[in-house]
Amino acid sequence: MIPAPFSYYRALSVDEALDLAAEHGEEAKFLAGGHSLLPLMKLRLALPEVVIDIGRLADLSHIRDAGDHITLGALTRHHDLEHSGLLARELPLLACAAGQVGDPQIRHRGTIGGSLAHADPASDLPAVVLALDATLVARGPSGTREIAAADFFGGLFETALEPDELLTEIRVPKPAAPRWSFQKFTKRAIDWAIVGVAVQGDAVALVNMGETPLRAAAVERALADGAAPRAAAALAAEGTRASADINATRDYREHLARVLVARGLQEAHARA
Amino acid sequence: MTIVYDDEPDADEIPVRRIRFTINGAKKVAEVEPRLLLAHLIRQGLKLTGTHTGCDTTNCGACTVLVDGKPVKSCTMLAVQVDGHEITTVEGLATASELHPLQEGFKEEHGLQCGFCTPGMMLAAKALLDHNPDPTEEDVRWALSGNLCRCTGYQNIVKSVLWAAEKLRS
Repeated sequence: MIPAPFSYYRALSVDEALDLAAEHGEEAKFLAGGHSLLPLMKLRLALPEVVIDIGRLADLSHIRDAGDHITLGALTRHHDLEHSGLLARELPLLACAAGQVGDPQIRHRGTIGGSLAHADPASDLPAVVLALDATLVARGPSGTREIAAADFFGGLFETALEPDELLTEIRVPKPAAPRWSFQKFTKRAIDWAIVGVAVQGDAVALVNMGETPLRAAAVERALADGAAPRAAAALAAEGTRASADINATRDYREHLARVLVARGLQEAHARA
Repeated sequence: MTIVYDDEPDADEIPVRRIRFTINGAKKVAEVEPRLLLAHLIRQGLKLTGTHTGCDTTNCGACTVLVDGKPVKSCTMLAVQVDGHEITTVEGLATASELHPLQEGFKEEHGLQCGFCTPGMMLAAKALLDHNPDPTEEDVRWALSGNLCRCTGYQNIVKSVLWAAEKLRS
């Protein structure tokens, strides 16, 4: 399968990428690792007239300790998140989840910013940054804007980013509680999560239980009211809008959410 | 890919980019349409048909090559993205007189039947052994988790990689 023709520009700086985006507007797409965009272009579900390759912007690839939070460049690859000693200490949930995205080949190309900006509800990292209460930093023609993860995901493949904005950085507060877990149910290692669960402290987020990553609000409320983890997990499907597909019915996804939240809370508490 | 125009195009309308890269140690320059996939550059442009295209959907791993030593699926990368980079394909494993230990291992341990997935398996395995010379069976299975085989059931592929690891250590 061959993508439809497009004009290709290679940005050598963030400013150049933003100028190109401003010039071409909605006709343009940013290309980072390409592991969300290229498959869609090959299927001709995405037909950008202009592709702006930001893959060489080295200053967008970093993992830094900023005191009370960690900053991640948007072009940091899953492989680098997985193997970062800093993340293993400070954000093990993110390192663990990044190590389960796709397969080794995919983790060498795919980037955290690409995954978040693509906003596939079946992706792992959107739910992880939601559980971690991360802040996403976007640059556009009028400057820099901070967007809370809770406000970032608007719908299926939809985010708060404007066409002329580029996601540049993710800021993740260092968690107060060491309790975390990442649960992912797949048929094969390489597959998207049929359902996934990210737990950090008393925050619980769900992968593939609706059109966006979701916080399991009913579970979190129950935990805050002192419910036992098992009782709280029974509420995991409340407020979700899981789809049905070849892998699972909606009922089955709801069942998986309850089971995986229970396992996730149990594993998280075992780390306390 | 051949591009045909109805009218004489202006120079800046010709959507061809010049890229420079190294493949299996040899420096190359190519002129490519931006939409050309790396897999097609390798198979059709360079006539290196050891890199197989299987699913063409980032699933099967048959098209795995190394870019700067890292395994990637060449069906999901544009040729323009390897500008300035180093590619290794299965043709780069053997020397003129000797098989690579991975190739020997697949032979010794019957790591293939039809052979379609084999080049991708070997390159994913090479990326593993390059940074982990003494992998456990679990390490091998995890490193090959992006590569599908429909013949062997994987047991002999894992044994082949462990055979090669031992050979490389000795």
